[in-house]
Amino acid sequence: MIAPHLPVLQVVLPLLAAPLMVVVRRGGFAWLLATAASVAALGIALALFARVADGAVLSYAMGSWPPPWGIEYRVDRVNAFLLVLVSSIATVVVIYSRTSVAAEVPREQLYLFYTMYALCLAGLLGITVTGDAFNLFVFLEISSLSTYVLIALGRDRRALVASYQYLIMGTIGATFFVIGVGLLYLMTGTLNLADMAQRLPQVAESRPVLAALAFITVGVCLKLALFPLHLWLPNAYAYAPSAVTALLAATATKVSVYVLLRFYFFVFGGTTVFIALPMAEILLLLSLAAMFIASTVAIFQDNLKRMFAYSSVAQIGYITLGVSFDSVTGLTGGVVHLFNHALTKGALFLLLGGVALRVGVVRFDNIGGIGRMMPVTAFGIVLGGLSLIGVPATVGFVSKWYLVLAALESGAWWLAFLIVLSSLLTVAYVWRFVEAAYFREPDPAVARLKEAPLAMLVPAWLLVGASVYFGLDTVLTVGGASQAAQDLLRGGR
Amino acid sequence: MSGDLVLRVVAKLLIAFMLLFALYVQFHGDFGPGGGFQAGVIAAAAIIFYGIIYGLPAARKVVPSRVVETMVGLGVLIYAGVGVLGIVLGGNYLDYFVLSGDPVNGQHRGIFWVEAGVAVTVAGVMIKIFYMFAGRGRNGEPEA
Repeated sequence: MIAPHLPVLQVVLPLLAAPLMVVVRRGGFAWLLATAASVAALGIALALFARVADGAVLSYAMGSWPPPWGIEYRVDRVNAFLLVLVSSIATVVVIYSRTSVAAEVPREQLYLFYTMYALCLAGLLGITVTGDAFNLFVFLEISSLSTYVLIALGRDRRALVASYQYLIMGTIGATFFVIGVGLLYLMTGTLNLADMAQRLPQVAESRPVLAALAFITVGVCLKLALFPLHLWLPNAYAYAPSAVTALLAATATKVSVYVLLRFYFFVFGGTTVFIALPMAEILLLLSLAAMFIASTVAIFQDNLKRMFAYSSVAQIGYITLGVSFDSVTGLTGGVVHLFNHALTKGALFLLLGGVALRVGVVRFDNIGGIGRMMPVTAFGIVLGGLSLIGVPATVGFVSKWYLVLAALESGAWWLAFLIVLSSLLTVAYVWRFVEAAYFREPDPAVARLKEAPLAMLVPAWLLVGASVYFGLDTVLTVGGASQAAQDLLRGGR
Repeated sequence: MSGDLVLRVVAKLLIAFMLLFALYVQFHGDFGPGGGFQAGVIAAAAIIFYGIIYGLPAARKVVPSRVVETMVGLGVLIYAGVGVLGIVLGGNYLDYFVLSGDPVNGQHRGIFWVEAGVAVTVAGVMIKIFYMFAGRGRNGEPEA
């Protein structure tokens, strides 16, 4: 009886959990409920993933109003893959946050933290599962607004400014997105994405459609922090509570990438807009800029969270690089890197949260010799760093392998060279950590440190383990990604 | 301002009508302009009006902060609960047709409760915003 309702329950469970926490007002209860909602969401996502594995498309008519008139929830292989990613990261983060958030957020605000967490999860899952352009915008706002609050809950007073900065940029992004959707609605008379994809080819050459494409591109790229639009990201990641940083880095930008994919390949797929506007070239150029400039900036950061935040901007460059190839291999590389980077960065920020719990703000000058005092944490960070570089037997290698393959396939051997070259920049900033953690004598302050609590290490190491495991066994990740890529490219053409 | 007799008397007279008008807008939402959002704002305006004339502590005594926060969550729960009820009764999420034997009646029932949920949350949020702004910097305690 419950099976046909899974697409909607995916969103409704966390959405119901949030107001319940506000009514009950207990931090411990809120954590239990958030955990239950996340685990349930993960279970539903896995069930959905299994049901669409053979290429079936699940459609759910909200309020029994048949699509395209009513809101449709639509699960295919592309977004089922994302649902599994988002809900599994959310589950790991919520288990982790019991200890971490209790240390960083005032007791009386704990239930509000988990409320916002549940709303953010509901928003992210909603963006992924919905098949309606306006509904997508609403969920984008739900997840963004809750994210602003989550960032502002950071201990550092600068968290407020960072949150405000993101609020302004995020609102501009959301506004651009909704303007684009409005223009598409004007030209096609429908908000249902599948219906829109069918109707767009007839009006594809018109100016409003091109304007819509431009607005949606800029709006979504603001949310996913593509290179020149990334300015909100480093501060937001650096000053948010540790658990929030991990959640954001692993899910929020990834879901925005999904929105971009959905619009480029599914909605605009059947049209010739990619010929009319040089989208692939623009994306390629910005991705390269992100990979090189953001990595270079990362090398010169003193705050480790900021360093890995800039590294995120660079890694998002690899994802969009994969998208810009417009080929099955390229998209597979992009989508698999989306998954792999989420695991790696999630693990890194969770481990950094453990360090932050012990030393406060994590700067290079106060973690000298930490490898001796917190060996498990430091080793995890090194493994995560290796995965960022793309060392074989980590997930980073798998995604870069596919990106290089795609570059060679498209005849751009110089691109393959650039991908490898940019990895060298990654080596530079990962080495800075290795140098500080292992080759410096522990300061008196560091020498007194204890290892991070087990309740934080276990979830973090789950992700570290996953980022090694999926570097060796790529059946699930590359398999899922290549199927998603094929479905996307088949989109409307 | 609490010393002004005219304001106090007029406020006392008006607030009853404001609340009544909120209810009118709420229940007339099915047939004409109006609905939960507007009704919630009007009801909250009545409380805010009371707070402005009689002072924040008096308003807090009428509608305590805890009640306001509960309202914020409760409204969303009512709304989402109607949706879940649709599933329980054999329809899809937010399916109003199954809420009653007669589909038209079911639609009425569904939208009635959904709008009630909207009104509760909107009124709660409006009052909460007022309390937070009005309470800033009083007695040196930050308003939670």
